Formats: sequence, C-alpha cells, structure tokens
Amino acid sequence: MNSVPDIYRILPEVILTLTGVLVMLVDASLPPGLPRRSLGWVAATGTAVAYLASIWQLSLPVGTGFYATVETSPFTVFFHALICGIVLVALLLSLDSLPEDSHHQGEYYALVVFGAVGMCLLTAAIELLVVFIALEISSIATYVLAGYRKETARGPEAAIKYFLLGSFATAFLLYGVALIFGATGTTQIYDIANLAPSAQNHSLVLAALALMLVGILFKVSAVPFHVWTPDVYEGAPSPVVALMSTAPKAAAFALLLRVVYEMFPTLHSVWAPLLSIVAVLSMTVGNLAALRQQNVKRMLAYSSIAHAGYLLAAFAGMGNAGIAAASFYVAAYAAMNVGIFAVVTVVSGYDENLPMIQDFRGLIYRSPLLGGLLIFFLASLVGIPFTGGFFGKFYSFSAAVGGGAVWLAIIGLLNSGLAAAYYLRLAFAAAQRPSDETGLTRSYEPRAGVAVIAALLFAVAATLILGIVPGDVLHAAQTGAHTLQPPPPTATEVIGIATTQPRVP
Amino acid sequence: MLHEPSLSLPGFAPALPVCDGTMHLILFVLFAGLCLAGAINLLLQSHPINSALSLIVVMTSLAVLYLLLGAEFLAAAQVIVYAGAIMVLFTFVVMLLNAGREERTLGSRVARAVGFPAVVTILGVLATVILRAQGLGSASLHDGITSTEELSAVLFTKLLLPFEVTSVLILIAILGAVALARHGDGERMDGK
Repeated sequence: MNSVPDIYRILPEVILTLTGVLVMLVDASLPPGLPRRSLGWVAATGTAVAYLASIWQLSLPVGTGFYATVETSPFTVFFHALICGIVLVALLLSLDSLPEDSHHQGEYYALVVFGAVGMCLLTAAIELLVVFIALEISSIATYVLAGYRKETARGPEAAIKYFLLGSFATAFLLYGVALIFGATGTTQIYDIANLAPSAQNHSLVLAALALMLVGILFKVSAVPFHVWTPDVYEGAPSPVVALMSTAPKAAAFALLLRVVYEMFPTLHSVWAPLLSIVAVLSMTVGNLAALRQQNVKRMLAYSSIAHAGYLLAAFAGMGNAGIAAASFYVAAYAAMNVGIFAVVTVVSGYDENLPMIQDFRGLIYRSPLLGGLLIFFLASLVGIPFTGGFFGKFYSFSAAVGGGAVWLAIIGLLNSGLAAAYYLRLAFAAAQRPSDETGLTRSYEPRAGVAVIAALLFAVAATLILGIVPGDVLHAAQTGAHTLQPPPPTATEVIGIATTQPRVP
Repeated sequence: MLHEPSLSLPGFAPALPVCDGTMHLILFVLFAGLCLAGAINLLLQSHPINSALSLIVVMTSLAVLYLLLGAEFLAAAQVIVYAGAIMVLFTFVVMLLNAGREERTLGSRVARAVGFPAVVTILGVLATVILRAQGLGSASLHDGITSTEELSAVLFTKLLLPFEVTSVLILIAILGAVALARHGDGERMDGK
C-alpha cells in the first residue's frame, strides 16, 4: 500500500509495550525486599521515548498500516503526544508518592505503561475491533489501579464499582459495533463512513450510533453515565486519579471525535443535538453537585464531570472548528487536572491523611509554593485568562457559537460562573490563616523529590503555555482536525456496497 | 473491506442449501428457545451455581446456532472455550467461595423493578427497529469464510494487529489479577 513499514505506524505503542515487559522482567529478577523505585524511572524513560517516537511520526506520510487497522496522522500524533505526556507526569508523580516498601510497585508501573499502550492505540485505531481491544486494555489497567489501596475499604469498593459499571458500558459499545457490522458488513471506520449512509437498514445504523455513544460517554463520565466518578476518584490513590481522570478520557474523546466526525459525519443532525444535551446536563449536574462536596477529591471528580460538559459543547461546532476546539480542550483540561491532582497528592499523600477541604486550610502559609500552585491550577480550572483553562473554554464555546448553538455557549458561561464558587472555596481555604487544630499542623510532611518537582513543573509549564501562547498547540489541533475528515468514496468502495450487503430480506 | 464470517444477528432462520430447510428451522427454534430460556433462568435464579449452570445451557445452545449458520470453527471454539473452560472456572470459583444464596435487599428490589422494564423497553425498541426495516428472513454466511484455514488466513493477515494486541490485553489482565490478589503491604508474606 505504501512504502512505510507497518511497524512505524505503531512505534510508540511498541516502545511502551517493550517498556512494560522490561519493567515486569526486571521486577521479577530483583530479589524481594529490594526497593523497586528504579522501575519507575525505567517506565518514565520508556514513556519519554514513546513521546519522542510519536512526535517523530509526524514525519511519516499520513496513512494506514496493518491492513488499514491503524492510522498515523497529525490527529493521532496530537493525542499520542498528549497521552504520553500525561502518563509521564503521572509516573513522575508516583515515583515520589508511592510508599517505599510497597510490594506492588513493579506491577504498578507496568500497569500504567500497558494502560498507555491501550490509550495510544485507541487514538490510532481505525478498525472497530482494534478500538474495542485498545479500550479494554486501557480500562482494565485503570480498574486495577483504582483498587490499588487494598488495605482501605474504599479502594476495593472503587475498583469493583468501576469494573462492573465499566464492563457494562463496554458491552454497550460492543453491541453497537455488532449492529454497525450487521448494517454495513464491515468494521473498518472509513468503510463504515462510506457505507452507512446507503445502508439498507438506516435505523440499525442509528441504534448502533446510540449504543456506541453510551459506551464512550461512560468513559468520559458525561452526565447520565457519571455516577461512578466520585466514588472511584475518592477510593483510588491520588496519583492514579491524576492519570485516570485525564489520559483515558483524552483517549475516549479521541475515539468520540473519530466516531462522530469520521464514522457518522452524515448523521451530524442526530448526534450534535444529542451531545449538546449531554453537554448541558454534564456541566449543570457536575457543578451543582460539586458545590455540595466537602471532600477535595469528590469535588474535583464532579468538576471533571463539568469539564467533560464544557468539552462536549465543542461538538456542536462544525467540522474542523469543533474537532480542533475539542482537541485543544482535552489538552488544556489534562494539563490543569493532572496539575491539581499532583498538588493534592503532595499535600495529602498516598494514604490521604487530609481528604477534606478544611484540611487544606493555611496551606499557603505552610508551603507557599504548594499553596501557590494549588491556587494557580484552581484559577485555570475556573478559566481565568493566561491559563490553559481560559483558552480551552474560549475555543470550545466559540466552536459551539460557530455551529449555531449560542444557547449552549451561554449555559456554558453561566456554569463557569457557578463553578468558580467551589473552586474559590478551596482556594480561600488554602489562603486562610491556619488555626492550631487544623490538619496541616497535625501531619504535614510533603515528600518533594526530584520526580515530583519535575511533574509539577511539567504541569505548570503546560498550563501556562496553553494559556499564554496557545498558537502552536491550537495549530497542531487544527492540523489534526483536517486529517480526521472521511475520504470521499472511491469507485471500488462504491462497488463494494453492492457486494457487502449481506442480508437482503 | 473486511470479509469476516458474519455471525451477528442470530434471530433469522438459517438457510443452508445443502440441508433441508424445515429441519434447520426446527433445530433453530428449539435451540434459540433453549438459549433464551437459559438466559432468563440465569437472571431469575438466586443461587450462583444455578445461574452458572444456566449459563452453560446458553453457551451450548449458542454453539448449536453457530453450527446451523455454518460456522463450524466458531461452534467448536464456543463449546471448548466458553461452555468448557470458562464455565468450569466459573463453577470452580463459585464452589471455592462457597457463595450462598443471593440476598434480597431494598436496592436489589429497586434494581429489579426498574431493570426489568428497562430491559424490556430496550429489547422492544431494538426488535422493532430491526423487524420494521428488515423483517424476518433467512441469514447465512455470505462470503463463506468458515473453514479453519480461511479463518486463520484472515486472522494472520487482515486482522493481524487485533490478534497480536489481544496478547497485551491478556497480559494486563494477568498482571492486574496478580497485583490485586497478592498480599497487601500490611500482611507481608515473607514475614519481615
């Protein structure tokens, strides 16, 4: 088909897989009792190499590999780089916050890296079978990581809840895949895009779209499917939440973009209003519920639901503008959300001695740097200018307006104001003078090593760059958006319609 | 274009030219009914072992349906992997854990009261959608990839990547099981 070797098309995934295997092998060969922290560095290095490999993929011509099951394009590179970046920061964060004597460090790092394989592959897949397998890889990794604090009651509860509901949601996606295969006779996304409009059974295509949307919207925790989010985030260790609230969501949003814009572009009039409604529900329910939370992680969980809503508003936009805005928002959201969970991890530790908002009281006096970072990331989540959150919201709402959904942008803006209330509550708590009996004086012992400083630095830099000079990233997102449009049907594919209509009544 | 055996949408009477149509229809109705009855029984039973045994009925009758569609390999795999290996594991786990009867709580009653009508609704919508557009008819494997040889040819060419990536999926499942099942930090095995 083309001169590029197939293996180059999945180079980042291959590197990540090899890293994961290496971590497992080294872990098994180290004598028990020896610290496993160095494995984290192996995993981080491998992820960094995978990041560079994804950037290198830009030099490849846009095209597919492995019998048109994966694709490399600016779109996939954008999400690959984003996911590798998130995973790298999460690994650096884990390096300093995982308990030294943990028996499971080796498995932890391997799971994170293998999960990254699934997420990266999910963004590159243009074949629904690969999509399903990649989604399962990333999901199983996060199910297990969510239950990593086995000694607490909440850890296993989070894992079980997430696993059961997640499997249920994936079953919906799979059902949708089966129906679209029944309607078109193929699982290749480009072929489906060409065949679906002329499919005999149009309602089967609609049912497939609906079922697939259920599966994907669960993964991004949009509102009718959000119930798992607060419990899981509360039970999972903070460094894991930093990862699972961003990287799998970025991958799921990439899949959503692919499904709606590339696979069903002709059904725009069906899915655009649907996603707008989900966007409004996610923003409103997420923000209203977050207002009532006293636990920091639960509050941030609801905030992430609201952010999924802001992001879905971009899907009301037309073609390229919508895709670019959504991609940009994913990047901005990832930068600030990883950042705030990194701060939460450093402040309250792996075992979460300080889970409540009032525990954060006086943080800025105890540690001006951490307090300042907390307020900085909160400002970005609010959407204050010069932070990534501002431009994310700006592009997302402009895309909605461009698509004719002015009401959506207005609701989004009102919601942003509502959201400021609870973000500021945490910010004020951090800025208040500590009284003697607050948690911070009780047990405040941040473990800030080189790795965690690097992680925070990356998150701050990303948030600032997206907020001050968003041009480059926006340009990358726009280039990616251009490559996501479905190709026009070729002659052979049109003939293919006749031969691949399997079920003639 | 991918040419896999089209095995989706059971629910259409199969029509293989080599065999008598009536016999197929009888077999289809018999095993489709058995499959449905097993599935419903699985949900209604309150003891896990009964549910597990019903699942074997479902799996085996599905295998017969695949066979009627002409997918011998899939039927064999279904019997060996699902009805055989996986179900043995299931019953093993149920017996090892010595799981008792399901407890009816307020939550589970609410779930029943909401869940069953919801399922009926979704089923009704999907059935109407499919029936209205297509009606009842016959289904068969349109491009006839049925033999093991043809199946493996597809598996190692067109579907090579999904096939290979599945190994990562299995690896991560094993890894996760080990990580979750190993003793926690508080209860060290090596007694340090």
